[in-house]
Amino acid sequence: MGKKKFLSWAFLLLLLVSTALYGCSSDNASENSEGESGSEGDSAEQKVLIFGRGGDSVSLDPITVTDGESFKVTKNVFDTLVNFGEQDTEIEPALASEWTASDDGLTYTLTLEEGVKFHDDTDFNAEAVVKNFERWAAGDGEQYPYYGSMFGGYGDEEGHVIESVEATGDYEVTFTLKRPQAPFLKNLAMSPFAIASPTAFESAGDAFGDNPVGTGPFKFVEWKRNDTITIEKFEDYWVEDEPKLDQVVFRAIPDNSARLNALLSGEIDLADGITPSDASTIEGDENLQLFERPSMNVGYLGMTVTREPFDDPKVRQAFNHAIDKQALVDAFFEGRAEVAKNPIPPVISGYNDSIEGYDYNPERAKELLAEAGFPDGFEMELYAMPVPRPYMPDGQKVAEAIQKNLADVGVTAEIVSFEWATYLEKAANGEADAFLLGWTGDNGDADNFLYALLDQDNVGTNNYTYYESQELHDVLIQAQSEVDEDVRNDLYMQAQEIIHEDAPWVPLAHSTPLLAGGNNVVNFKAHPTGSDKLASVDLE
Amino acid sequence: MLHYIGRRLLQLIPVLLGMTFIVFMIIRAIPGDPAQVILGQQASEEAIKALRTNLGLDNPWYIQYFDYLKGLVTGDLGESLRTRTPVVDEVWPYLAATIELSLFAIIIAVVIGINAGIISAWFQNSWFDYLAMIIALIGVSMPIFWLGLMNQWIFSIELGILPTTGRENVRDPVDVVTNFYVIDTLIAGNFDQLATVLKHLVLPGTALATIPMAIIARMTRSSMLEVMRSDYVRTARSKGLSMFWVVYKHALKNAIIPVLTIIGLQMGLLLGGAILTETIFGWPGIGRYIYEAIGFRDYPVIQSGILIVAFIFVMINLFVDLLYGLVDPRIKYD
Repeated sequence: MGKKKFLSWAFLLLLLVSTALYGCSSDNASENSEGESGSEGDSAEQKVLIFGRGGDSVSLDPITVTDGESFKVTKNVFDTLVNFGEQDTEIEPALASEWTASDDGLTYTLTLEEGVKFHDDTDFNAEAVVKNFERWAAGDGEQYPYYGSMFGGYGDEEGHVIESVEATGDYEVTFTLKRPQAPFLKNLAMSPFAIASPTAFESAGDAFGDNPVGTGPFKFVEWKRNDTITIEKFEDYWVEDEPKLDQVVFRAIPDNSARLNALLSGEIDLADGITPSDASTIEGDENLQLFERPSMNVGYLGMTVTREPFDDPKVRQAFNHAIDKQALVDAFFEGRAEVAKNPIPPVISGYNDSIEGYDYNPERAKELLAEAGFPDGFEMELYAMPVPRPYMPDGQKVAEAIQKNLADVGVTAEIVSFEWATYLEKAANGEADAFLLGWTGDNGDADNFLYALLDQDNVGTNNYTYYESQELHDVLIQAQSEVDEDVRNDLYMQAQEIIHEDAPWVPLAHSTPLLAGGNNVVNFKAHPTGSDKLASVDLE
Repeated sequence: MLHYIGRRLLQLIPVLLGMTFIVFMIIRAIPGDPAQVILGQQASEEAIKALRTNLGLDNPWYIQYFDYLKGLVTGDLGESLRTRTPVVDEVWPYLAATIELSLFAIIIAVVIGINAGIISAWFQNSWFDYLAMIIALIGVSMPIFWLGLMNQWIFSIELGILPTTGRENVRDPVDVVTNFYVIDTLIAGNFDQLATVLKHLVLPGTALATIPMAIIARMTRSSMLEVMRSDYVRTARSKGLSMFWVVYKHALKNAIIPVLTIIGLQMGLLLGGAILTETIFGWPGIGRYIYEAIGFRDYPVIQSGILIVAFIFVMINLFVDLLYGLVDPRIKYD
């Protein structure tokens, strides 16, 4: 019996020791990738801003990712050649202090800031810029997804817009394009095209995303996955007097209510993803302030035009009249959204304000349905989004309200919902009669909405409605290479008229995403793209 | 007994193999394309195709499954499709976070649960008995979401004594060695940090402990009631031993076997079933790791994550079975 006892205890001990050893060994392996993290301490005197958000980043090498949570961090570790405005998408100088475009729109010459250093002490110059573009152009859609979708392809591919990138001086870079690309500078301002230290990415390879090195206001310190990402002040930042903060910690707190609780208890200084229904709580609390992110999104009800009866434009127009958008905005966005009449939000140049939106008019909707041959309505499935998004805070409730609106005009809608990835796949396959969805713009250009979401080229990917119009296609393609801004805006206005008439969507709302912070947070400006530069933010 | 352990370990192989197969088939049966999810809504058709080929998602399922098994044999748990990091390299911090939280929760559940059960049985039908069993009933049926948010509100916002979320004070981060923060702070000899880390464990730990605590209490009570009616207890009492001694020494030893089984099962469940708690309390554990992988259709992470949890589950149960022998010498393994 004694022997048995001994064996049992030995086994227990073995289990404990092996667990502990495993812990140590795997930690040694991950130490390299986590980098130096020993320089913390005396945090009391330091200005540390803790930014609570819904999810973790995927990678901190911005060119390899497409998710907003990654860009939120990389925006502060890297700089781009040109920058968006403080709260809009106008182009401003950044690493490039000035630029000239040739009249034919085929050549861009950028003059770079001098004396800029990467965090690893590598010099920033024309050479570094060229190396970044060479790295991206040599990749593919799997490695660098945004490069292909914004610049049309890679390397020698026909669609690839960039013919060459040359260092025409120590601090001068010349881009030669194969054909004019109107939003070229706006593309350069996007977070994925931030300039990384060539020394660092050449030596780190795939591990660069765990140890990013840029020229930005903050340098990378540590990443505890699914928990925190810490960045700290870069003393040699090229913009004078920035950054103000000593450290920024991005913390992932997935649950919206828990994140708000963490803010209320003072554990975090800033929280994004505030639901509209919590806004009044924050406004009523004298220790907190509410931030509005300028809207660059659209939430909409899409109708799959290849499915009966949505192949008839009259039915689609009837739906536009049947749905009371103002009521939706009041009830589910708590008024923190603008009723939509076009697929693009008003902040984007080319927005057609002369279009008269379909008014809420159930009678007119019934007439249109009768004209289309459905005086008694019909039955259909309505897809309700399973996840909250800034453009659709509560898909389920919006769907229920729409269901009621449709019932008023005789249409019986059955609400269905699926887990998110399934939902997107079924909608992309054209399996939905009508579905709720939305979009947040990448670069503030009309092309990034109209072409991406409604052109026939994108049927089956982002054009979930399967709407195809040759007329629209011609206008959008022409606009893509039109260099004259006014002519281009006219083309987009025309495009919106075509879309309005064909009505593949019921545009619902352009929402204002909300953030909240403590009263001590100064100078925080929420950017419409969803990634905020924190260089000038301070704590009092 | 070594023979017994060996046989149990051998039995593990078909169990785990069957489990990998089921998980493999289920996650491929649900719609949703990892390539599409990874590349985002902007991606072109060609890029998605290229990525599918690259990830081996074009191959027939049995080839994919065979490749996966081949990897497992050599200790390769696959590479996350999303982060492009081998699962083996990234899983440990998540697992450690969950183990730390689960152990904390199970300790609370066992200490309170067993004692509440014993006292309830000892003073059967007293007010304490009724109260404890009512609380246990509420505990079993309490939605963790609600309980967690309410606790945050009371203890963090109103009273300001406990943190709402996370594992540490991020203004004073723990130097990670083992990823068990309690141990890490002890290694560093930083007792202020240890106190903070323990405070961070309290809310998620008690939320997680509620259900097992209630189950353990009820199990202990009924098991104790049975034993207390047996002859030897009466003999011990009539011999003049104190009631306390009889209950905690003699009766408990015989009543504990079914309770141990429950504790083992509950511990296993905590490891895999803590997703809700980990979400509400922003705990970077393995439940959330696997759950988020499902959203991204990150097949290798889902498969290997579940495999690891299942493996631990089975090991805990084996361990509990071995404990029986320690507690009750009449149980023999052969």
